[in-house]
Amino acid sequence: MSGLTDFIEPQTLIELDWFFKWEAFVIDLKTVERIAHLARLEVSPAQAQEFSEQLSKILGYFEQISKLDTKNVQPLVTPSEIEAFWRDDEQVIKHESEAMVANAPDKIGSLYKVPPVV
Amino acid sequence: MDLTNASISELSQAVRTKKISALEVAKHFRGRIETLDKKLGSFISTNDSFEKEANAIDQKIAKGESPGLLAGVPFGIKDLLCTKGLKTTAASKILENFIPPYDATVVSRLKNAGCVVLGKTNLDEFAMGSSNETSYYGIVRNPWNVECIPGGSSGGSAAAQSARLVVGTIGTDTGGSIRQPASFCGVVGVKPTYGRVSRYGIIAYASSLDQAGPMVSTVEDAALVMEVICGKDTMDSTTSSKPVPAFAKEINKNLKGYRVGLMKEYMTDNLHPDVKAAMEKAVTDLKSQGVEVVEISVPLTAYAIPIYYLIASSEASSNLARYDGVKYGYRADFASLSGIDLDQFYSKTRGQGFGKEVQRRIMIGTYCLSSGYFDAYYNKACQVRRMMKDQFMEAFKKCDVILSPVTTAPAFKIGERISDPLAMYLNDIFTTSTNLAGLPGLSVPYSLSKDQGLPIGLQITAAHFEEQKMLNVASVLEDMAPAKGKKPNVI
Repeated sequence: MSGLTDFIEPQTLIELDWFFKWEAFVIDLKTVERIAHLARLEVSPAQAQEFSEQLSKILGYFEQISKLDTKNVQPLVTPSEIEAFWRDDEQVIKHESEAMVANAPDKIGSLYKVPPVV
Repeated sequence: MDLTNASISELSQAVRTKKISALEVAKHFRGRIETLDKKLGSFISTNDSFEKEANAIDQKIAKGESPGLLAGVPFGIKDLLCTKGLKTTAASKILENFIPPYDATVVSRLKNAGCVVLGKTNLDEFAMGSSNETSYYGIVRNPWNVECIPGGSSGGSAAAQSARLVVGTIGTDTGGSIRQPASFCGVVGVKPTYGRVSRYGIIAYASSLDQAGPMVSTVEDAALVMEVICGKDTMDSTTSSKPVPAFAKEINKNLKGYRVGLMKEYMTDNLHPDVKAAMEKAVTDLKSQGVEVVEISVPLTAYAIPIYYLIASSEASSNLARYDGVKYGYRADFASLSGIDLDQFYSKTRGQGFGKEVQRRIMIGTYCLSSGYFDAYYNKACQVRRMMKDQFMEAFKKCDVILSPVTTAPAFKIGERISDPLAMYLNDIFTTSTNLAGLPGLSVPYSLSKDQGLPIGLQITAAHFEEQKMLNVASVLEDMAPAKGKKPNVI
């Protein structure tokens, strides 16, 4: 549900850039709302206010890494050696579908029940 | 036999040789959970079919079959690891009714080795926290002083182990979540090298940092559990196929020729005097064993907290996208689904299902991954991560292991830091760099604070896959520790 395309919202970019340049580390209420929407989190006005203050402080603290020179450094994601890992291209049934849908909050047979999407 | 204080090897030996049955052992510890855990809150749920599972081990032994290395050893499993048929909550409301259809690899390996799972231990919600105060199922109290936090996120495992409600526990460590509570509760906690232990079936927080490990009473017990849970798993492609040593048998207390590094950056003025004193005595102890102590430097550890929280929150915001109220877990109450907007459906469910700290990290992570900020935050943090790892590799040319404090001070009071997230994050100052670099690290109980008698552990970190060296040094420190043999009053 949060593929990368979700994140590309030109309007947000312009707004965030503005804050970045002029009011560094201030995560205002509008930004909190945008981020909460991207994260699909319903946030109450009181909580949005709290997030705005806390995130400003936390991200402000994190900003210290921006001064480090990382030119030409490859980002590290997996911290130990990655081994080439091969397996036969065979279908393996590890779990039965009934068992996998048993935890669904609402279902019809072995199908998940969701709000209409079209 | 003093069941309550027996080591894992003593206990499994007694079960194997029929001196005592696995069932008797399990009942003894189940009884301790029932009487003592009301005070501590270290378990979220207990396993009601433990008798059946213990019986099965006794039957195996009766038939002459091999019951496994950990025969009849009662375990508490952090409620972040999936246990087939046994509720697994991650200490979150969003998973309050989740019953996994399969076991995490760590759990199935423990069961195959003869362990009896007695229950699921409490933790900070989704392992996000350093005090076990963010659990939806209540706080955990430190057995040494019930006014204090047990540490986090594996606070339930640490408290249960410290009070000997079980003989062994499993925790997970993303930024110190095994080592810090182990230190605060006076138990041994090992975070293995990234890739040593399968993450299959462990509810993901930050996948490039998460690693499960033992939280037990002695270094030897930790080594035994490591033998069982480590090793290649086809269900986790990041696991290593490197052979797993017989860690327990190979513990060698002769440290002549060892070089122990002291990290310049960790010798801060902020150290509690008792933590400083513990470090100084440990250095003297090690020197008396023929160890050469050398000063090393990993300058970028000064940035470990921002790098860690940037990366961990980013990975968390992605990992936790799966909780959508559709496949499993909590769904907000909707009178009817028709006419409900899908975004509203997700947002309401997630807004109600996740606690505050989890939401905060999802927000931080989403911000750091959002377009226009990815390079400045997430990518930048990953670049510094590589530079820091390289500095560690350089440091390990000068030493075999690094000795450091686990935290700046012993356990703090319940409620003391929960309202200031940044102060809570700074608590992880000595532990997060280990995960960022993928190194193995452990905490071994060493001394007690003078004023309050709270446990102080020491951290030993080794190069990738050099757990044995780390266990050897820990074993020597354990023998020489001023806190050796000291137990909380609750026992």
